Amino acid sequence: MTSQAPKAAPEQVKYADLLFYGSWAAIAILLITYFVYVSGMLETHVPIHDLSQYWAGPVSEYVHEANIPLGWGWLSLISKGDFLNFIGIVLLASLTIICFLTLLPTYIRNKDLAFVVIVILEVLVLCFGASGILGTGGH
Amino acid sequence: MILFVFCFVLGILAVLAGVGGGVLYVPLVSGFFPFHLDFVRGTGLLVALAGALAAGPGLLKRNFANLRLALPMGLIASTCAIFGALLGLALPTNIIQIALGAVIIFIAALLAFSKNVERPVVEKQDGIGGALKMAGAYLEPSTGENIEWKTHRTLPGMILFIFIGIMAGMFGLGAGWANVPVLNLLMGAPLKVAVGTSKFLLSITDTSAAWIYLNRGCVIPLMAVPSIVGLMLGSFVGVRILAVAKPKVIRYIVISVLSFAGIKALLKGLGI
Repeated sequence: MTSQAPKAAPEQVKYADLLFYGSWAAIAILLITYFVYVSGMLETHVPIHDLSQYWAGPVSEYVHEANIPLGWGWLSLISKGDFLNFIGIVLLASLTIICFLTLLPTYIRNKDLAFVVIVILEVLVLCFGASGILGTGGH
Repeated sequence: MILFVFCFVLGILAVLAGVGGGVLYVPLVSGFFPFHLDFVRGTGLLVALAGALAAGPGLLKRNFANLRLALPMGLIASTCAIFGALLGLALPTNIIQIALGAVIIFIAALLAFSKNVERPVVEKQDGIGGALKMAGAYLEPSTGENIEWKTHRTLPGMILFIFIGIMAGMFGLGAGWANVPVLNLLMGAPLKVAVGTSKFLLSITDTSAAWIYLNRGCVIPLMAVPSIVGLMLGSFVGVRILAVAKPKVIRYIVISVLSFAGIKALLKGLGI
């Protein structure tokens, strides 16, 4: 006899739904912005044919010679075809933070103190990584 | 276009061999394409992250990935991945290249010799695992049986996730190859839960490290977008091929390719 599948916890289902729509939205945005980029509809910050002279060297050279902004500085170049792609990339990298925030009300309601602390710490760690505070060095 | 096709094939191979995309992407793309390791690692993390985000919803809904198991481990691994990424970007490239080569050869050996256990026996849950309620149940489709599970040896598992996080961040590899043995062999999670939770865990671990690389300019959209999309599409095709393919043969091919890529990275780092 086949048993009924055990149901996932409601907060787990909510997390899964948000992840599903978020990741596909990010991929769709990536495809659109990449098409805009390679089709040349928008001016680029670094011309496509110049990239091959940078990608074989370390990132510090690329940042210095191509005048690439660090941290969230890409926002000031969002109208450029190459940096437009960062919208989808940043959405991909932000999804986990957004999903973690949806867990918090459930764990608070259930008085699940250990997981309230874990979720808050995780959001802080990811926001710290995303903040760009650590993003201004290089070798 | 060549990178897209290459990543598409990598995506198929990764699914058939049961490994994540990042572990194939970093050694192979750094070995066979002209890109510097800084950009390959940054993109490798995004590739692993995108694959984990895409797989996560299905795994969570089927209870193959478990939040109560993933969250504590994810917190440790993601924190350490930040330090790994900073360390990886601070060390000279040849040192990273040598270490990467050694790690890839180790992963190939791990894939060749490790024997995961379908359903490890956990007699008694330990105090930390019990306090965090690291337990669950899932439906085993092949038998129609509901499998209940719990974990043990939580503290040693947590300590190993410190190293897993550092390596994930330092090499941009993702870390499914290390997550699965720790969750399965050490902590006693059933193999399906270990694989599912490991894949989901990558979405947490790789996020923190990916931000460090992103903020330092290590992501070039021209190479990142075809890599991410190619690997994701390849993974979807791989899942369909899985039904008719002989995964064992593919696994040996991947082990051989990884060994070759590891030796190549090692020689490149040594300047030979």
